[in-house]
Amino acid sequence: MNLFSDPRWSEALAHLPDYLGNHVRISLAALALGLLVSLPLAIVARNRPLLRGALLGFASVVQTVPGLALLALFYPLLLALAALSLAWFGVGFSAFGFLPAVLALALYSMLPVLRNTLAGLGGVDAAVLEAAQAVGMTQPQSLFIVELPLALPVMMAGIRTAAVWVIGTATLSTPIGQTSLGNYIFAGLQTQNWVFVLFGCIAAALLALAVDQLLALVESGLRNRSALRTALGGFGIAALVAATLVPSIARAPQGYVVGAKTFAEQYVLAALIAQRLRAAGLTATTCEGLGSNVIFDALVTGDIDVYVDYSGTLWANQLHHADIRPRAQLLGELKAELARRNVTLLGELGFENAYALVMPRNRAAALGIHSIADLAARAPTMSIAGDYEFFSRPEWARLRQAYGLSFRTQRQMQPDFMYAAVASGEVDVIAGYTSDGLIAKDDLVVLDDPRHAIPPYDAIVLVAPKRASDQALLSALQPLLGRINIAAMREANLRAAGGDGESSPDAVARWLWQRVSKRQ
Amino acid sequence: MGRTEVEKSPLIAFAHVGKSFDSGRGAKPVLAVDDVSLDVAEGEFLAIVGGSGSGKTTLLRLANRLIEADRGSIRIEGEEVRRIDPIRLRRRIGYVFQSGGLFPHLSVAANIGITPKLLGTAAAEISAGVDQLLELVRLDPGQHRGRLPHELSGGQRQRVGVARALAARPRIVLMDEPFGALDPLTRDALGDDYRALHHKLGLTTVMITHDMTEAILLADRIAVMGAGRLLAQGTPAELSRSDEAYVGELLRTPRRQAERLKVLLPRDGAA
Repeated sequence: MNLFSDPRWSEALAHLPDYLGNHVRISLAALALGLLVSLPLAIVARNRPLLRGALLGFASVVQTVPGLALLALFYPLLLALAALSLAWFGVGFSAFGFLPAVLALALYSMLPVLRNTLAGLGGVDAAVLEAAQAVGMTQPQSLFIVELPLALPVMMAGIRTAAVWVIGTATLSTPIGQTSLGNYIFAGLQTQNWVFVLFGCIAAALLALAVDQLLALVESGLRNRSALRTALGGFGIAALVAATLVPSIARAPQGYVVGAKTFAEQYVLAALIAQRLRAAGLTATTCEGLGSNVIFDALVTGDIDVYVDYSGTLWANQLHHADIRPRAQLLGELKAELARRNVTLLGELGFENAYALVMPRNRAAALGIHSIADLAARAPTMSIAGDYEFFSRPEWARLRQAYGLSFRTQRQMQPDFMYAAVASGEVDVIAGYTSDGLIAKDDLVVLDDPRHAIPPYDAIVLVAPKRASDQALLSALQPLLGRINIAAMREANLRAAGGDGESSPDAVARWLWQRVSKRQ
Repeated sequence: MGRTEVEKSPLIAFAHVGKSFDSGRGAKPVLAVDDVSLDVAEGEFLAIVGGSGSGKTTLLRLANRLIEADRGSIRIEGEEVRRIDPIRLRRRIGYVFQSGGLFPHLSVAANIGITPKLLGTAAAEISAGVDQLLELVRLDPGQHRGRLPHELSGGQRQRVGVARALAARPRIVLMDEPFGALDPLTRDALGDDYRALHHKLGLTTVMITHDMTEAILLADRIAVMGAGRLLAQGTPAELSRSDEAYVGELLRTPRRQAERLKVLLPRDGAA
């Protein structure tokens, strides 16, 4: 089959105006803000060694924070600020998406700009500075007529570095709710859609290259005092902004926003909900790849309208309960507690996506392991792999406590690679998910949990406070409740990991709806 | 105020001027200029001669407040420099650097026109002035005004430096070893050219040099400095009668050179 006849290319292309436009907007806004802050700071600090050291130190420390963490940290920070501002001034703002992304990226852009501006200004020949004084220039005249023009090439090199960094790092703003080219990458990694991953990487690289070259044009124009080149470069950047701005202005209002976390099942369910809303004549878009710490707050503040979460996750992470209740009781209490926060727990979808300890069926049989209790005796010689959050979650502590579990090694992995790792014997046991399609496909077995250490994880539909009495929305969601059983979801998940044209979340969601709606 | 009174008062007057520099933490401050009193009359060409560290450059920079004096008084055209805004003071005094001190990113024309531009002179007037000045320092305007400093030879750069110093029509020009870095032929030609300009424009010039021969050939009067102090001053003839040992030492070189040259290059001796 021709590589480019794959329908995923055209699907990726269809998202491009939206993703690229957002990417350009946050990158350039962050870069502009970074320059606005860094340039005056560098100029003020250039003759003050103490301030200079402190600034460079601060910017270096920021640089050592991984991009994803820096972006994620800004979300709770702004959330708190927004609450304060609402309480004090009666004006709130959205801590979701654009603002935290731009602020974090602006911070990220500061080091190369600061360092190169200081180096450029510091590199101006002392004799030239003296001449500037002797011909009768004031301090500002010396700065603008002599020092800055001479420092410009070094400064521009820093600005170009910052631009490339910001455009690259902006792909990480997807999990805090800012659409970017990172949407391709996050969605692609989760649904094993390598076309998307590749498309996202190439688009980001081309954008970085284009902006870098336009800035190079501005630089050479300024250096050679060629107004034409400066204007061409400036015009190019302006054109880039305009071209990416027009489609998003022309775009219809978003309507309902359906959130999705960063894994395949969530992408499929979000696509399914959006399809049902559209079928009911409503406008709906999805906001995918949100971090699980971000998505609930985004619902509470109304940045998204609806999403699917899991009872055990909310119970432990959002409501901070350490104990575990029987399933029905937990759901009841959850509903009451969420109602106090004005979040509507509309109902269960009908399946559970719990953590489960999983190993190859034949290996378990050979070792005589049926339950986690059997596993505990063998665990000290075995290795276990889990996703990035599993080992810091309360159920892992409970599992170890309840069964005295202790493994030789424990590793963290991208969920998609976990199943391959256990199937190939790379690790002995994984903390998988009960709704995962690979369990049946790879002939794995879910170990029993006789002491009920793992809480129930019913998939539940949550609705934002501002939509609590929105009958059009609620009645469109109603048909989904109780309809999706574990077998259907597992197969849907397996299809979503298929890595072909039929595995896009939209296609899988259509298939899932066909399958579950037929049964009644 | 009578005309005689104006002629009497010197254009530049240093009176008991002192300046020390910190030489790092804990160390004793270095006395760079030590109780120097020196007058420069209007229209005079004064050379200050001394070795490195003699304080001659510091003294020159005190005059346009590139450096502030610790003690004593400095008067320019009768006015105490401390009472003049340093920016305005510098704009009315020409200053020539050893290596030209041109702004490397600005064209010859922009370099020359910088002080008039800072003073708010109209662009057309500056442009016409630049052409005149280039002709004055014997550079072809059409050929040179658009060039960047790095496209010029050392002598051309120095000519542009002189033109820049003259651009705001100053009465006073300060020169810090202006011809020191040039080859002998260029140096000679430039020295003569400047001397002619000095007369033609009625300038008052203070030139620093470590080369006594150059000082004797160009200046009306010479001041000799050593270790921050003014050791002697006067016309070359007056200096030759000085009993200061260092002055004798400084004059020995040009004398010996003159004698050697007389022997080696007899007037009729085309070998």
